[in-house]
Parts: sequence; C-alpha cells; structure tokens
Amino acid sequence: MTSALVAPTPTRIPAGHAFARIFRAVTSNRKATVGTVLLLMFILIALFPGVIAHDSPSLDNYKPGLGFSTAHLLGTNSFGQDLWAQVIYGTRSMLEIAFIVGAATTAIAVLIGVAAAYLGGLWDGSLNVLTDVLLVIPIFPLLIVIAGYARGDSTWVLITSITVTSWSYTARQLRSQALTLRNRDFLEAARVRGERRLYVIVVEIIPTMTSLIVASFLTNALYAIIFSSGLQFIGLGDPNTVSWGTTLYWAQSEAALQTGMPWWALAPGICIALLGTAFALLNYAFDEIGNPALRPVRKRDPARKRGPARERGPVRKAERNA
Amino acid sequence: MRYVLRRLGFFVLTMWAALTLNFLLPHLMPGNPAQTMLSKFRGELNPGELHSLEVLFGLNTNQDIFQQYISYVHQLLTGNLGISLSEYPKTVSSVIGSAIWWTLGLVGVTTVLAFLLGTFIGIVSAWRRGSWLDSIVPPVFVVTSALPYFLVGIVLLLVFGITLKWFPSEGAYYVTTDTPGFNLTFVQDVINHAILPAMALLITLIGTWILTMRNTMITTLAEDYVRMARAKGLPGWRIMLDYAARNAILPNLTGFAMSLGFVVSGAILIEDVFNYPGVGFMLLSAVDNEDYPLMQGLFLLITVAVLVAILIADVLTALLDPRTRETQ
Amino acid sequence: MPEILAVTDLSVDYVLERGDVRAVDDVSFTLDRGEFLGIVGESGCGKSTLLFAVAQLLTPPAQITTGRVTFQGANLVGLTDKQLAAIRWKDMSVVMQSAMNALNPVKSIGAQFKDVLEAHGKPSKQEVRERSAQVLRMVGIDPVHLKSYPHQLSGGMRQRSMIAMAMLFTPDLIIMDEPTSALDVVAQRALMLQIKELQREYGFAVIFVTHDMSLVSHFSDRMMVMYAGQIDELGSTKAIFAHPRHPYTKGLFEAFPSIRGPKTQLRGIPGNPPDLNSPPHGCRFNPRCPHAVDLCFETVPDLYQLNGTLVRCLRVADGSIDQ
Repeated sequence: MTSALVAPTPTRIPAGHAFARIFRAVTSNRKATVGTVLLLMFILIALFPGVIAHDSPSLDNYKPGLGFSTAHLLGTNSFGQDLWAQVIYGTRSMLEIAFIVGAATTAIAVLIGVAAAYLGGLWDGSLNVLTDVLLVIPIFPLLIVIAGYARGDSTWVLITSITVTSWSYTARQLRSQALTLRNRDFLEAARVRGERRLYVIVVEIIPTMTSLIVASFLTNALYAIIFSSGLQFIGLGDPNTVSWGTTLYWAQSEAALQTGMPWWALAPGICIALLGTAFALLNYAFDEIGNPALRPVRKRDPARKRGPARERGPVRKAERNA
Repeated sequence: MRYVLRRLGFFVLTMWAALTLNFLLPHLMPGNPAQTMLSKFRGELNPGELHSLEVLFGLNTNQDIFQQYISYVHQLLTGNLGISLSEYPKTVSSVIGSAIWWTLGLVGVTTVLAFLLGTFIGIVSAWRRGSWLDSIVPPVFVVTSALPYFLVGIVLLLVFGITLKWFPSEGAYYVTTDTPGFNLTFVQDVINHAILPAMALLITLIGTWILTMRNTMITTLAEDYVRMARAKGLPGWRIMLDYAARNAILPNLTGFAMSLGFVVSGAILIEDVFNYPGVGFMLLSAVDNEDYPLMQGLFLLITVAVLVAILIADVLTALLDPRTRETQ
Repeated sequence: MPEILAVTDLSVDYVLERGDVRAVDDVSFTLDRGEFLGIVGESGCGKSTLLFAVAQLLTPPAQITTGRVTFQGANLVGLTDKQLAAIRWKDMSVVMQSAMNALNPVKSIGAQFKDVLEAHGKPSKQEVRERSAQVLRMVGIDPVHLKSYPHQLSGGMRQRSMIAMAMLFTPDLIIMDEPTSALDVVAQRALMLQIKELQREYGFAVIFVTHDMSLVSHFSDRMMVMYAGQIDELGSTKAIFAHPRHPYTKGLFEAFPSIRGPKTQLRGIPGNPPDLNSPPHGCRFNPRCPHAVDLCFETVPDLYQLNGTLVRCLRVADGSIDQ
C-alpha cells in the first residue's frame, strides 16, 4: 500500500512530546477515558478515605446485620462494623498492592526481557528457559502453596510472592520488542559513537519501549488485583487488614449471602471488578492506540455525495504539433 | 518431528522445575513449617509413613540436601505422594482420586465450551467489522475478562441459588439423599449442582478468548492471501474459515493452553464459593488443615495437568501448521 | 470492440479520523484486448491502490469515492462480492507482489487451485487434477508440486505458481502488482519472458504495476506514469521512451543508466513525494520540478493531449518547455 499512509514505526520522541501524545490519546479514546476516570476516582478515595466515610472500619459496636440507611450506606456486617467504611478504607490497601506489585513486576520484566534480548547468546537462552518455565507453571496454585507455608502473616508476603512469580508474561513481550529494536539505526549510531552497553540500554532502548512498558504495568497491576484479592478471599492474606479481599473472606466465612447480608460480599466484589475493569480498559485502549488496525471501523456510505469539489484548473486540451 | 521433541523436552524440564520448587519451598520458608508439621503428627504415624514424609519434605537429618533431593525424586517417580494428614490414614493419591473427577468434569466441559464459543464469536465478530456485534463485543468482554472469578460466582449464587432458588447453592450432589452411581436422580442432581459453577467459570473465561481470537483474526484478515481469496471469488464462508480462521487460530492454540493456569485459578475460587468438592476445594482445605503432603500432591497434579494440556496444544499446532513440520 | 476495460474518473480515498486522504485522483484510461499496460511510479504514488480499486479488492479505510470501472461492458464499482464472484478469476485474475504472503500458508498449492476451480463450477476430481497440472506445466513447474506447501517452494517457483493459478480460467485480463520485485534479476527476466509468452499464446491483457522502468520499456505496449495519485503521462511505451515529455518522466529516465547510450551524468529527482494529507497547491510536482513557474503553483494542470500521449503539465501543453 502507499507508504505515505503507513503507521510510523517507533522512533525517539522527547519526553514532553510523549506526555502530550498520551493526553490526546486518552481523551480521544472512549475506553481510555472511562478507565482513567475510574482509576482517578479510586485513587482519590484511597487518598482521602476519612472524607467519604465517617466511621473507622474497626469500629464494631453497631448492631449487626443492619440494612441500608443514611447512617450506614451499605448496612453493617455480623461483627457490627459499618460496611461503607470497610469498603472505602479497603481501597488504599488494594491500590497499594496493585501499584507496588505492578511497578515491581514490570521492573523485573523489563530487566529480564531487555537483558535477554540485548545480551543474547547464553544469557538469552537461560533467561528464556527461566521465563518460559515460570510462564507455564500455574501461578495461583503456586501462590496458594507458598502462602500456605508462610501462613499469610502480612500483606508483604502477598506482595513479594506475587511479584516474584508473575513477571514472565510481560517479560516475554518486552523481550520480543527489544529484539526488534536491537538493530535499528539510532542504536547503531550510539554504538558507533562508542557508548557503553548499559548506556545504550537505559538511554536509548528503554525510552523507545515506553508504550509497551506502560502497557506491561497495566497488565501486571491487573494481575496483581486478581491474584491478591483471590488469595485474600480464600484466607491467605492478612485477615486483620482492611482490604476488599479480606472483607470478602470474612463475608464468606460468616455466610453473608445466606444470612441476608449480601452487600457485605457484593460491595467489595464490585469494587474489585471496577478497579480491574479500569486497568483492563486502559490496557485495551493502549492496544488500540498502538495498533490502528484494531480501532473501531467507521463505515462510510459510498453513495453519499462528496464535499465541495477541489480546486481545479480550466479544462484545456492543447493540440500542439511537435 | 523435531518440534514435538523440543516441546517434550520443555515439558520434562518444567516438570522437573515444579518438582524441585515443591521440594525447596518448605526449606525456603521462615520457621521450617515442614518440621513443625512433622513434630505435630509424629506420634500418630507408623515408621513407614513417617519415613515417606521425611523423604517428601527433606527432613532426614542423616543425609545432606542433595541426597534428600534424590530420594525425593525417586519416591515421587514411584507414585508415592505420601500420606494425607487431614484424611489419615488415606494416601494422598487416593484422596486426590476422589476429588479429581468433579474438577475434571466441571473444568473440562467448561473449558471446551468456552474455547468453542469464544473462538466462534471472536471469528464472526472480526469478520463483520463495524457491525452491531462487533461494537458490543469488545467493551462487554473487556469488562467480563477483568471480573474476579469469585465475584461472578457470588453474584450467580446470590441471584439464582439463594434468592430465586432455581439451583442448589453448594456441593456437587445432595450428599444426604443421593446415592452415587448411574441412577437418574443422581445424574440429574449432579447436573443441577454443576450449572451455576460452570456458568460462573464460563462467563469469566470466555472474555479473554473472544478478544484474543478477534484480534488475531483482524490481523489475519489484513493479510494478502485473504485479499487473494476474495480476488478468486471464493465464497465468504470459505474465506472466513479456511483462509482466515485456520491461520488466525494457530498462534492462539498454545496461548489457550497456557491460559489453563488461569482456568485452574478460577476453578479453585469457584469451587470455594460453591463448596464444590473438586481438587481446588481440596487444596484450600489442605492449606487450612496444614496438610502439607496433600498440598504438595495437589500442586504437582495441577501442574502436570496444565503441562499436558500445553503439550497437546503444541502437538495440535504441529499437525495443523505445515510450516512447523519442516526440518530445516 | 477491442476495448475490454475502461476506467473513468476513478478516485480512491482513505477515510481516516483526521480527514480523508485521496490516494488515487481522477484516473481514466482504457485497455484493449491483449494489450500490456505498464504502470510506473515511486512508492506511495497510488499505483497499487489503483490496481486494487480496479479489481474491487479495496479494504476499509480505502474506498472508491467516484468513478466507474467498466469491464466487459458492466460497471464493477458498487457491486457486492457475491455479484463480482461470477467474473472474478474467470475473466479477471490477480497476481500479487509476494507469493509467500499471497498464498495460504497452511494449504497445499493443489488445494488452493482446487478451491478456485470449485468456486466457479462443479468440476470432477479428475478435471481438477488435470487442469491444475496443465497450468503448472504452462509455467514450467512439475505437477508433482501440487502437493507442496508454499514455504517448500523457491521464490521463483512460488511466483510462477501464482501466475499458473491466475491462468486457471485463461481470463481476459490479468492484473499484476509488482510480481517480480521479490525476485533476483535472473529470475525476474525468466518470469517476464514467461508472462509474455503466455500472453502471446492466450491473448489476455495485462496491467502491470512496477517501479522498475526497464521492465516497462521491454515488455509493455503502453505505459502510465503516476505521481501523487495522479496520472502524469500516459501513452505508447515507444513514444514515451523516445520522447518523454513530463518533467517527472524525464527525471525518472535520467535516473536510469542506459547500457548502450553515451555516458551521461546520472541525476536523481531532488525532494520527496508529497504528503497526500496536504498536497502542494497547484501542480503536485512543483516543489521538485526544474521548470516550475508561478502558474504551476496556482493552477492544477489537467491531462493534455499531445500527439497521442496524455501529459499533465501546463508548460508542456502551451509549449513553453523546450522539447
């Protein structure tokens, strides 16, 4: 097809320019906008829980099993705690886990993926094997076993174990992209200038991979939410922290559904779903922004009249003998 | 068949990694949990059982860690997974055996359904870009694929099991009134009990598959050979299936198999919500009861199952894609 | 009536969010039975888009916005795939640039031949086998390769099997999009000779898109030079090569060395093809044209007839350029 219309291949872009592009991309894509709004909402709640919920989640001298009311927006649980407070205060823990695990996992993935691609040879081979093995071993059961041995004393056990086990998927993607970049011209230029390998990796390669790195962060954050809430739900998190997953755990063990307190389970569950959806939407939007072929197709009616005719010169048929 | 041999090699390697991980984990954990467990049960086990547990967890103080590792692998290869502490005196193998059919049934059927339905919807949605189907598919399934498994389970349980009482809300069958076997009431009840957990699993799984299939299909549809197929005047369904879908599915086969890890995770959580007596539920009770041998055994079983599925997917890819069969 | 194809005022737009881009602008030409028309131009000039537009193979966001493509008396624009299926391959077939990409990688060559034959009739297994073997022999490939998969054949063989496939119904028109670009020079020549021989024997017309001027000069009856989506020069190949008129055409010729002619300074054309999002005002070639004057920046030149050749240049039309 005509090269004038081929999507541009990734080239170096200065940081300020990148920000403007991201902002424009987010506002123009519906999925990205919804995802961002949701995420910002949760961040605000996590930062200022006291503003939104007047009770402390540990306050437990209310009557258990109350329904909705203005004093208790979601009612109370069987311990006499205000459910609204439980859910609002639990936001912080979940966001902390999502961001910390997301960032740490992505950092490991970038390190391993780019190193494998750039160092090549034996390094590449062995890192690949490690990545593939970890990719294939089912992570959730592994996490259950780990948490089973560690008896879930703190959220940090949760964070560490998830980080250590779930970097392989994104590492693979990053390695693929790093491989395609290895021989690009601007890297050759850096090599010819005599720059050291580490410089080339950090200053030239990684900034070019920014969009994939951000996408990896979103993926890893999503997995962090899914895994951590799952682990907490089955009782392997720290049951004394206030987090959506642990709230669900208590709801389940106190048979909330069966005893007429369904919102004890539904509220945190819906929050988890919303936060997960936010990350998933952002991720999907990122895919669409990066690969225009996936964007929604506008079907145009070919019978529709075109706009004003373009500027044309007078029709002349000059006959001239050579 | 070098390709298949290579995948087989990877299978063995990963199995070995899982075994070794299983062995090392209790040693890496603070507080030496294995030793604690052993001390707790020492009085109740006979010497043979005690020994097999020591080998399983590398607690034999007379040998160094490498020797213990060798004995561990040897014991596993003979099929001895130890004694279940929560279901004493049954062996781990027999305990697992009782639960495995429930999970196989639930997960097996749901996965196949999700795969078939998901692939089909993904293909059609990509084929009809810009149609109403295509405009609702991505947003709807992006949302469902991000839903935590247990939420779907909880909602279904609440609405259909408890509020509407259309389906039973726990277990695999009515333990008190049913007699297991090929009688009609039993089979009916089994199906009845399986519907909600299966639906929950299906809803959460299908999203990712639809989206992946759709995206690969869109990329494939842009390929030159699809345009050529149009140029040749081939009928639409043949282009969609024979030229586009066949090629689009190939890179996804292994991906589907790898996502089995997630299927298993979902199954564990759903079994928990519905108290469904499968392998996942058993793993969770094992953790609760600190029944480490059972935990280990289940983990190994789950890993083997996933790896076998991946191997099957690899073989399928080799069969369907003539390019992988080349020995160049 | 020797004319089998008439393209009239054809325009193709890429419908994009930030505005439509016109990739093919108001193109008209005719093709006679058995004629070999070569279309040349730089990358991005719209020649491939034009080809796909004629064959009705455009995909969104590309769309035919105006014009007609009259093939054997009927206008193809606006017909559905189902309506087009009748003439597809039987009367008009297509050969693409890279056979590796144009052939289904998971089906054998024979199976792909069979698909086409069965799409246009109900041939028996015997008939399918015979016809497939026959077309392969036409291009010099042993029919045993019907069982082969595309990746098992060499580049040249793949390309020739594409031509064989295009010949399955000995159509009246074969459209070829740079079929030799992926081959080395030796294989290129062999393939071109093969095509010409088949053309001589079966009498089909060819539209041949390429960026290689030497192929056009040796093998085409008429040629069309495209630039920025427009026809810049259209006429008999002999006439244009003897006497190139448009400054762009002249520039192209000067960029190719002649083996036999005197040693001349090789000159490229300075600058780049225009961004079709915002093409230059007036004549699209004016940023790079050594003969551009003020008028060239104000008026969009139409195609002017000059001794049987169509040229899109104001100064050639009014004689102000020295021939």
